[in-house]
Amino acid sequence: MDVIEVRNLHKRYRDHVAVDDVSFAVASGEIFGILGPNGAGKTTTVECVSGLREPDGGSVRVTGLDPVTQRADLRRVLGVQLQSAALPDKIKVWEALDLYASFYPDPADWRELMDQVGLAAKRDTAFAKLSGGQRQRLSVALALVGRPRVAVLDELTTGLDPQARRDSWELVEQVRDTGVTIVLVTHFMEEAERLCDRVALIDAGRVVAVDSPAGLTGRVGGGQRVRFRPTVPFDDALLLALPEVTDVSRTGDRVVVTGDGNLAPAVTLALAEKGVVPDDLRIERATLDDAFLALTGRKLA
Amino acid sequence: MRKVLFVEAKLLVREWPAALFTLALPVTLLLALGQIPDLRAADPDLGGQRSVDAQLPAQMILLALLTASFTVLPSALATYRERGMLRRMSATPVHPARVLGAQLVLNLGVAAVAAVAVIGSGRLVYGSRIPVQLFGFVLVFVLGAAAMMAIGLVIAAVARNGPTASAIGSLVMFPLLFVAGMWIPREIMPDVLRRISDYSVVGPFVNAMRDTWAGEWPQFPHLAVMVAGLVLFSGLAVRLFRWE
Repeated sequence: MDVIEVRNLHKRYRDHVAVDDVSFAVASGEIFGILGPNGAGKTTTVECVSGLREPDGGSVRVTGLDPVTQRADLRRVLGVQLQSAALPDKIKVWEALDLYASFYPDPADWRELMDQVGLAAKRDTAFAKLSGGQRQRLSVALALVGRPRVAVLDELTTGLDPQARRDSWELVEQVRDTGVTIVLVTHFMEEAERLCDRVALIDAGRVVAVDSPAGLTGRVGGGQRVRFRPTVPFDDALLLALPEVTDVSRTGDRVVVTGDGNLAPAVTLALAEKGVVPDDLRIERATLDDAFLALTGRKLA
Repeated sequence: MRKVLFVEAKLLVREWPAALFTLALPVTLLLALGQIPDLRAADPDLGGQRSVDAQLPAQMILLALLTASFTVLPSALATYRERGMLRRMSATPVHPARVLGAQLVLNLGVAAVAAVAVIGSGRLVYGSRIPVQLFGFVLVFVLGAAAMMAIGLVIAAVARNGPTASAIGSLVMFPLLFVAGMWIPREIMPDVLRRISDYSVVGPFVNAMRDTWAGEWPQFPHLAVMVAGLVLFSGLAVRLFRWE
């Protein structure tokens, strides 16, 4: 069942069109990514979904609710973590959770939530004294404290160090495991590849493609490359005979095999049969960056 | 609502310099100015009263109200808006108007404590009079506070951030203190200035306050100007104020 349906969404500001024509559907329980470069219309799109902005055209439904006319009902089923939203400097972690819990008719136990996001030790710490990662985790907790069915997380890991980013990813996966449908706005392809079941690539206010990360990268020709240094010489025909292989080239003592499917296992198996050991083996796949480039002719970041 | 109020109160206490300033400045000024012998002598311009009896305390209460409504309140609200806190709250089932309401109540509370402290310390140190017409005093105080906080909300609406809001507030505050008679009592103002003072919300506020000290019920024209100011500026605030 689709939890979110967006059809032909259109939103313009005074002098420019932020969202031209965006349609997608998000199924219950999935992590749905909205990926695109800065200024593509990602945030405006989720703001329309969250009822924070009124669309100029098209329709949006969240659990069957219209975010414009049924705002009050929407607030109870949808939690948001806004880009750049903050709290008062001096508010303590527990106070913020307790306060936001009081806004909802049937809130989660904020103490459990505080544990879950790993802030139990920071219970009495003022917001201003939290690190970037801790602030983001608190922000996620505030988005979840009303027991929403849908959580919108906007630029969750922007500005975080790699460790904090990985911690946030784990947190998002844990949240999904509790049955919450998640819409994740990001401009990091690595994040989308790691977390999302499906991704909408957005560019200049339009949806370029909606697919799983693997499906998107699969659309790029010459999907995979295997590089290695053979320990003993061998004939290219050995690898070209494999159905997965489309091309073999050599530079110096290195061999580069291009192809698709289960390329790396097929290549290593064929080499092993002839007693060739591939040294310094590297597997390169097309990334969402490559997919974006192939689909729009522009770079993602 | 109670929780919002409680949390905002705790935050106010943690940001204690602002609240302390609202409280301490009028009391300190009253005690310091009371050291000037002229202000403790019967003044023919004030109908034979001493300045410390009613004129000075009324001005100090105005100062407390203006500090709370023109600098503390707008800077808190502008900061909340600038940081997206009001917007974040509007994504919950609770409207951010509750934060605004809590801020109004708390700032009114701080100003009220300051008023009591001004009257009490004047009484103790200089044997000043107290507002005998108590109901009239409370009416004038609440009405004046409402009108000044409406102006504060307009400042919060036009200011981009907290520091800008306090700067605008201070800029508006000093001319108003002047026309209210902080430095020249209304009785010896030039005609033009007195005319301005009479329509300035703060002028009628101080005059109505002084009447309640004298045991009289506040005069209708004074109350009317304050009501007009309240209606005008709250209407303006509603039109201009943005939550994001």
